[in-house]
Amino acid sequence: MNKEQKILLSHGNGGRMMHDLIETVFLKYFGNEILNEQTDAAILPADAPNLAFTTDSFVIDPLFFPGGNIGKLAVCGTVNDLAVSGAIPRYISVSMIIEEGFPMNDLETIVKSLADEARNAGVAIVTGDTKVVNKGKCDKLFINTAGIGMVGNRESQVGKAKNIMPGDVIIINGTIGDHGMAVMNARESFNFKSAVLSDCASLNHLIREVMDQSDGVKFMRDPTRGGVATVLNELAGKINLGIEIGESTLPIGGGVKAMCEILGFDPLHIANEGKVLIVAGQDEAGHILEIMKKNKLGEQSAVIGHITGDHPGRVVLKTETGGRRIVDILTGDPLPRIC
Amino acid sequence: MKYIDEYRKKDLILAVSEELKKISEKEITLMEVCGGHTMAIHRFGLHALLPANIRLLSGPGCPVCVSSQHFLDTAIAYSRVPGAIVTTYGDLIRVPGSVSSLEKEKANGADIRIIYSVLDAVELAKNNPERPVFFLGIGFETTAPATAAAIVEAQKACIRNFFVLSAHKVMPPVMKALVDEGVKIDGFIAPGHVSAITGTEIYNGLSSVYGLGVVVAGFEPVDLMQAILMLARQMESGEPKVEIQYKRIVHTQGNKIALELLSRVFEPKDDRWRGLGVIPASGLKIREEFAGFDAEKQYPLSVPIPTDPKGCICGSILRGLKTPNDCGLFATRCTPADPVGACMVSGEGTCATYYKYRQ
Repeated sequence: MNKEQKILLSHGNGGRMMHDLIETVFLKYFGNEILNEQTDAAILPADAPNLAFTTDSFVIDPLFFPGGNIGKLAVCGTVNDLAVSGAIPRYISVSMIIEEGFPMNDLETIVKSLADEARNAGVAIVTGDTKVVNKGKCDKLFINTAGIGMVGNRESQVGKAKNIMPGDVIIINGTIGDHGMAVMNARESFNFKSAVLSDCASLNHLIREVMDQSDGVKFMRDPTRGGVATVLNELAGKINLGIEIGESTLPIGGGVKAMCEILGFDPLHIANEGKVLIVAGQDEAGHILEIMKKNKLGEQSAVIGHITGDHPGRVVLKTETGGRRIVDILTGDPLPRIC
Repeated sequence: MKYIDEYRKKDLILAVSEELKKISEKEITLMEVCGGHTMAIHRFGLHALLPANIRLLSGPGCPVCVSSQHFLDTAIAYSRVPGAIVTTYGDLIRVPGSVSSLEKEKANGADIRIIYSVLDAVELAKNNPERPVFFLGIGFETTAPATAAAIVEAQKACIRNFFVLSAHKVMPPVMKALVDEGVKIDGFIAPGHVSAITGTEIYNGLSSVYGLGVVVAGFEPVDLMQAILMLARQMESGEPKVEIQYKRIVHTQGNKIALELLSRVFEPKDDRWRGLGVIPASGLKIREEFAGFDAEKQYPLSVPIPTDPKGCICGSILRGLKTPNDCGLFATRCTPADPVGACMVSGEGTCATYYKYRQ
């Protein structure tokens, strides 16, 4: 393929060029038994009492960032939403809205990342769609993915936060804030020398190992937009109990910590794309941590807090200096401070 | 992390806390002038570590909060100049003017861009020679030298479409004005980054004329606790003076290059503060020599002076006379998601801090 080639409106008009694009780019990388049929709808075998179904749109700027790109992210995001709901992710759809003039080369790189990450996560891309819009009508490339997963009856309860009680602990599988700060660093060209990488990763294998070996998981959620603070606040509100986390126990990488200090951000508010928060009974926590630490994506797993009967509905942080403060959800975008 | 962890050591903080409890039972009221200090005090929960006889008041040192509504209305008016690009530091984007905000104007199609350095605005002007690029200059002696540098830079590069709307302010006049208005305090915790530029002589009058203690402090919990201890010792000995706690950054003389730039580009003007009214010689305007970069000279717009929103007591809060809990709008009608007053908008505003860290 000509490396200089650009996406034209004709690539989305249903004619020969669109057919070629599907053949030479999408099917080349995505191809599988179901997709290769090229039927209007994919017919999917199911082997579980419940299905999980989710959708997410990806409009990230920049499209390429340290640790990933929009393609990898589009798979991880949907796979993780399924996985934290207790599902085994199986099938995803990929729809693209492409701005006229988008470099074909970049599209191919992104499509390849989508395919690689889908293979890594063990999901098949079974249906998709492509639209090309006039220059200026979208920002380079938007991707929507929807996903279907299989859920057993036991696992179907795990997103519902039932049976959580004071004393239960909160576990995370590693450092927080990496994705948000990596993307911001790439977007704003701060030129911070410290190489913060996005944590963008499919968590389904890690989560499956935990679910298969332990009955102790009472709740799971991936702290994406709004960060850990948002998930914990939503949880505290839902169960009407308090949550206490310890500043000294929060895993935060040096680069993220430094960027947050300089810009005035709270790492608890920064997005993650490869993290899961797990609530489990106290007596099961050690076992779960052990399982998680054996997986590469869980090597830095840590207990970061616990559920408490105090301050229902509120999340409180015990600071390193011995003080306590409320951790609220974020209002609007995180904005850097002036001075 | 270097230069951070050592100033957050729990044992050091607790040692100072113990020392404070021993030192005196005198009632002492101190004002932290800077929004960054207010934030740090709440973030690290320092109130809980102070003895009951030491009280902290939050002052008017958040640049977003003290920028008048009139300034916001003017900024919005500039965003409507045909072809204009308005550049601003992020904090300002959600601050309500009298009828709109920059965020709302942006949604309505105005070209408003958040930048991280004023030099980004100069660069934008260079790359868009046919469009006027306005920079909203806010902040104290901390950010004003950078604005001055940008203007000098733009002049050198013969850029003719870069304009600054200056709402830059200086610290000492408002501190004096507060005391003149009868705010009862014994001393100031003064912002370390202001003095990194200005040095500390700017505060001499506060101790010699007004008999107040001033300690220039850093932004970590150990810094703040130590500054409070230094002030408590001054009060105990009855010898208020200007001292530097933030010695790793601040020198008595300040930063000569920055000061020279400041006075080359700016001169003092009487300026309007949100909730405090006009304070003599408290603002910075662009000197005649650089009038080509002064938005108000090149694009004079007439924007009416709005009245303060009903029920909002930001003025009294900025003066340290009231706390957010005294306000009928606090956390009900006025929240970070839908702010009425400026103190709720900026992450470092007193009301936003109280809201965020309320217990």
